[in-house]
Amino acid sequence: MIPCAMLRMPAHLTAQALPFASRGPRTSITLSEVFPAHGAEAAAAGFVLSQISMRAGPLLWIQDRLARRETGRPFLAGQASGRKPLMLMQLSRPIDVMAAVEEGLRCKALAAVVAEIQGDPAAVSFTAMKRLALRAEMDGVPCWLIRQGASVDLSAARDRWRIAPLPSAANPDDPRAPGSPRWRVELFRSRGGRPGEWVAQYERAQGDGAEDRLDLVAAVPDGTLAEHAAAGGKHAAR
Amino acid sequence: MERWQNMQQRAGNTLPDDLPLALVGDGAQGAVIHAVNRAAHLAGVCVGARLTDMRALCPTLKVDFADPQGDLAALRRLALWARRWCPWTVADDWGADGMVAHGVILDTTGADHLWGGEAAMLADMEGTLSALGHEARLALAPTWGAAWALARFGPVRAICADSAALPVAALRLDGETVLLLKRLGLRRIGQLADLPRLSLARRFSRAGPAQNPLIRLDQLTGHLAEPVSPPDAPPVFRVHARLAEPIFDPTHHLPGLCAALCDQLAKMHQGARRLCLTVYRTDGTVSRIEAACARPSRDPAHLAFLFRDRLERINPGFGFDLISLEALVAEALGVGQVDLAGGAESGVEISHLVDRLTARFGRAALARIQPVASHIPERAEVLAAPMAGLPDQVHSMADRPQRLLDHPEEVRVLYALPEGPPAQFQWRRRSYLVARYQGPERIAPEWWQDRPGTRLRDYFKVEDEAGHRFWLYREGVPGDGRGGAPRWFLHGVFA
Repeated sequence: MIPCAMLRMPAHLTAQALPFASRGPRTSITLSEVFPAHGAEAAAAGFVLSQISMRAGPLLWIQDRLARRETGRPFLAGQASGRKPLMLMQLSRPIDVMAAVEEGLRCKALAAVVAEIQGDPAAVSFTAMKRLALRAEMDGVPCWLIRQGASVDLSAARDRWRIAPLPSAANPDDPRAPGSPRWRVELFRSRGGRPGEWVAQYERAQGDGAEDRLDLVAAVPDGTLAEHAAAGGKHAAR
Repeated sequence: MERWQNMQQRAGNTLPDDLPLALVGDGAQGAVIHAVNRAAHLAGVCVGARLTDMRALCPTLKVDFADPQGDLAALRRLALWARRWCPWTVADDWGADGMVAHGVILDTTGADHLWGGEAAMLADMEGTLSALGHEARLALAPTWGAAWALARFGPVRAICADSAALPVAALRLDGETVLLLKRLGLRRIGQLADLPRLSLARRFSRAGPAQNPLIRLDQLTGHLAEPVSPPDAPPVFRVHARLAEPIFDPTHHLPGLCAALCDQLAKMHQGARRLCLTVYRTDGTVSRIEAACARPSRDPAHLAFLFRDRLERINPGFGFDLISLEALVAEALGVGQVDLAGGAESGVEISHLVDRLTARFGRAALARIQPVASHIPERAEVLAAPMAGLPDQVHSMADRPQRLLDHPEEVRVLYALPEGPPAQFQWRRRSYLVARYQGPERIAPEWWQDRPGTRLRDYFKVEDEAGHRFWLYREGVPGDGRGGAPRWFLHGVFA
């Protein structure tokens, strides 16, 4: 897993505060939706894992059959060192996935429940999402829905994210090789925080004792400025 | 016979009682009578005789074929159903000369007082069985042999009656031995018992139990043990709900049953691992559903929850009047510590979740991923049981993708460098231009379990201009002598 990702804020960007930084921990445990762009399903999974806080306990990961066939399954060796135990559940129907998510949210010992659903099935309705949101907030278990290939319609999710891949950062060892992954992350609907758009860079831990971390830099239209901001953000984080 | 009559009645062609009727099966010299009804019995038709002889005796005899296999299956179902009286029952299908004498043996030790004494229990059994349409001859005796003899040759509802006056056929001997004893002048069991043991033992020294009167006599008197061993061992923990009238839905009785079972378990410091809910139907059969726990549990709400969604799978037939809940497998479970906030430890909650999910979606749906020491990516992890512990595994620092496809998918390479990744490839009808790459990382086949001729893999991490990162591999190298030109596959996706 990527459980130990730290969310660090560059010092000069604190004015544009991140939504979760301004909110208390009570409201951050809720139902969130992630809409990955085409080809960004793995990025969405990585982003969700980085957002799940350091709660103890295993992680329940539920996939429907289509999502598994299209985008594969989570690969244990690809996750970060301080990973949580992963309980993987594969179901064929989206309605079963929703039922299993609700069942999983009853269990307070779980770190989080993550579900991947492909397309726009009728089971993922506004009412069903509302149930999940209320259940997640009542029992205090974070719930993430990864909606692959779905259209952004009416939803009861408290936070709604959009994620797209970006060319990775420069590799310090080899200029021809891809470096740390970067994504364009957009929070386009949020109940507790302010929507915004960021460039996220995920860095794996180098050596023992270090933690994986996620740097978020506000997306700036100007490319050179964005690169400068990214460099500054990384510097500030270290 | 009565099963046949019930079937005919259900099919809608009930025959008058005064019509002589017989069921026949195949014998050595033609058809042999297996069962007769009361009118045929009065007309002189006897079981075991040949059909042609009996036709001569009673020309109006109506004949149908017997179904011995069906009878045996029905008897086994009835033996299970008879556990409403006591937990230790077995179907008895001993027979001589091809004629099976069907019976059910119940070990009622310690169960009779629940029914108000032995006589009251026998009366209850006879009433319940006659409500099913079965005529029953009941007897109670200290041994299997004595009960068998009394039920068939003794007085009605005999309880521990003296068996000395019964004929020797009551000893479960085959026809030849009975005939031999009759020729020797031994007609009663009492006469046989008075003989010196030594002469009997000498005469029947090599005979099996069915030909040996001495063994049968010892079994009858209890000198030779003949235990009642049912096909499945009865459970230790078991609770019942007896209903005044047959019902169809056990939902309202389930919480009470679970609470009673958990009380029993708590007294013995045990927790249930496998549970079985059985309903005893009014048509003489049982139907059951099972549930299992990942950890021993004696939480009534949790146990009731495991059955909640599955009660509709139980087949109530025409209703049932007895529900029993059994813990088939129980394990030791100490008293749980409740923390100051009032919550139990987290392992219990996880195991309850696993139970609920597996009870609802099946055992195959849920698994815990365990790492395995292997360099081949698809072998580097296995799906283990959901509650399996996490082994200590040194995490490899190699760059691995976040997502792995179940089966590597072949990609069309438009142009490949001789020693490097493709410049462009097509995957799922979309083409990607490789902008940056890392590799190759060579993973050799595991010769100790791969087939000979398996090609090595060269893995590349490639990135296209839009930022999609993939894990490609080339299977084999040109000129390795293991097939034609190497093919390219996409195996995983990086975050």
